[in-house]
Amino acid sequence: MSATDDPTFLRLGPLPPLPPPSSGAGALGWLRANLFAGPANIVMTILCVALVAWTVPPLVRFFLIDAVWSGADGSACRVSSARPNPGACWAFIRVWIAYFVYGFYPLDERWRVDVFFVALVLGFAWLLRLSTPRRDLGALYFFIVLPILSYVLLHGAPLIGLRVVPTTLWGGILVTVVVATIGMVFSLPLGILLALGRRSTLPVIKLAAVAFIEFVRGVPVITVLFMASVMLPLFVPERFAPDKLVRALIGVALFASAYMAEVVRAGLAAVPRGQYEAARALGFGYWRMMALVILPQALRFTLPNIVNTFIGLFKDTTLVFVVGIFDFLRTIEAARADPKWAGPNTTVTGYAFAALFYFVCCYGMSRYARRTEARLARGVRR
Amino acid sequence: MAAQLKAALQPSRRHTRRVGNIAIQLVTLAIIVALADGAIFEAVQNLARAHITSGFGFWNKTAGFDISQALIAYSPSTSTFGRAFWVGLLNTLLVAAIGIVLATVLGFAIGIARLSHNWLLAKLAAGYVEVTRNVPPLLQLLFWYNAVLKSLPELRGSVTLPGGAILNNRGLFLPRPEFAPQFSIPLIALALGITATIALKSYANHRHDRTGKEVPVLWLALGLIVVLPLAAFALSGFPPTFSVPHMGRFNVSGGVEILPELAALLLALSVYTAGFIAEVVRAGMLSVSHGQVEAAQALGLRSGLALRLIVLPQAMRVIIPPLTSQYLNLIKNSSLAVAIGYPDLVQVFAGTVLNITGQAVEVIAITMAVYLFFSLVVSLLMNLYARTAAIAER
Repeated sequence: MSATDDPTFLRLGPLPPLPPPSSGAGALGWLRANLFAGPANIVMTILCVALVAWTVPPLVRFFLIDAVWSGADGSACRVSSARPNPGACWAFIRVWIAYFVYGFYPLDERWRVDVFFVALVLGFAWLLRLSTPRRDLGALYFFIVLPILSYVLLHGAPLIGLRVVPTTLWGGILVTVVVATIGMVFSLPLGILLALGRRSTLPVIKLAAVAFIEFVRGVPVITVLFMASVMLPLFVPERFAPDKLVRALIGVALFASAYMAEVVRAGLAAVPRGQYEAARALGFGYWRMMALVILPQALRFTLPNIVNTFIGLFKDTTLVFVVGIFDFLRTIEAARADPKWAGPNTTVTGYAFAALFYFVCCYGMSRYARRTEARLARGVRR
Repeated sequence: MAAQLKAALQPSRRHTRRVGNIAIQLVTLAIIVALADGAIFEAVQNLARAHITSGFGFWNKTAGFDISQALIAYSPSTSTFGRAFWVGLLNTLLVAAIGIVLATVLGFAIGIARLSHNWLLAKLAAGYVEVTRNVPPLLQLLFWYNAVLKSLPELRGSVTLPGGAILNNRGLFLPRPEFAPQFSIPLIALALGITATIALKSYANHRHDRTGKEVPVLWLALGLIVVLPLAAFALSGFPPTFSVPHMGRFNVSGGVEILPELAALLLALSVYTAGFIAEVVRAGMLSVSHGQVEAAQALGLRSGLALRLIVLPQAMRVIIPPLTSQYLNLIKNSSLAVAIGYPDLVQVFAGTVLNITGQAVEVIAITMAVYLFFSLVVSLLMNLYARTAAIAER
């Protein structure tokens, strides 16, 4: 009989861990689990790879390899013996970039636009970064100081030696940013007021707020802009008739505040009832209760949604195109129609550039919203 | 003493508050009325100065402008502005209806693909969603119209597609069936087939609930909807004659013309809205608790069946409300047509008719009323659905 018959066996240490099954670990295992799990999955992967192989190389070739990077006019981008099939016409963007940014803003006054951009970025950074100090001052700066400063800078103030630049000369990214910022600056306070009105117990106030919000949200943004640009001049005395850009800005502020009101209302609804009751128990009146207890919480809850509304607003700024304002998209349209440059690859390049601009702005904002959401969730998580 | 004083003051304070509330409302009302009154006063003066008559008299006047796509008979020399309104409205409804179908199909496919276990597919779907949602719809529309459809071959280099269709940068020309009188027979057969299928489905559900036995609905439905009309078609005699488009020297004649404006608008609206619908669908599917999928697997349902029978029905309850609001957005976004000249309601009515008549107030009011009516109807349907789909709580 050998030693194995001995029934007593005592293991003194843990077994060494078994290696994972070779098919389930490492890069190969990952591939197997995520790309080749089962026949249907394999077919799907092959189709996707085919799709990528079919679309990506031509795009890379068009936008990078075959692209024309410099040239004084469109002839560089046309089919010639040197370039049998020219790709994207980046030269077009390089030549026109100043127009895309400033429109017809006078050359020697463009520093004012630059200062405006810097002041704006400062305002956004101050207000939107949750870790910056004194964000209440930031709000003051963004909603009071910045609009006045921007008006003085962009429009001009002869008193302090800044030449007046009529809005007909504004254009490009400047106008897009102005329209978007005006929308944001006005929509938040107006939206808060409308949302409070909609939740008010006073029937007249509630009815007025509901009627306005539902009306503006129920019709296309384009018709609101049409209304602002065609009907507004009829409704005010002739000498007060606002100029074209201001009319469009009024239209934008109108629809942006109606959309914002619904977002703020959702935030208000998310504040627990106990908070209202506690504020009342402390003897706060309506406005103090709202300003000190309810709104700070409501806006905090709904900050990601507010940013999402801003993204929508930023995309909707392109619609001022329809009422004849030279925003960024309109300057691209104008430039690509220039007979010196016109051509299919110029068109595609112009649109690709515009798409890149809007994508970077909107995607950046949505990333911010998602990060903030996660960060705010940290405080409530138990 | 002090307590008494306080008690005496208490009701009067409430009283002041009530008076204050009424005062606030009266002031608001007064401001609104004053603004409206001032606006109307100015409008009357401004209109008189510009010699524009007000009222809806223009509705029956001859329009005198042409519309590139009309679903009902329209001629510039005899039709009225009112007729132009209906043409525009129908064009809006056409683009909205087709766009909603396309966006729903594409959006559901991409939303489900985004949740796929296949990494590559999920990433591609995520990329689609990010790109389409973050680029303005107007830019997408201009891209499809100016960069894609305008770069199709010119008339002379037209592409002839199988079946006799012709494609060039003026549009897509499809063969149009010329309906002979006996063509109504297969159509009736088709209607019968669809009705029978609906009845069959309800019977099959009923039987399945009672006995657990399946009826092969799919095959029967295929027979009823496809084979029956085809048989009727063959029996009734002749294949319809097609009006095949053919190339002229300056234009394509015959057939049905699909304008590039319509195609661009459909592409832009469905691609843009599909990105949002995909997110709605994804959120809806994620809202179904994982235990449901596991229970389905434990019952031995294959993943396709589990998706169709367990996950989607529960997800639909979450999906439908935001989905309808996306549909409404699509209808409203169809007004982008004005940027490329597709003759929708806004382009024809709030654009051309407004410019000709100058009656901004009436024209814009009518246009807005139409869209408000859409919103109202959709939200009414929505509320009805929400009531039927609400979870029956114990």
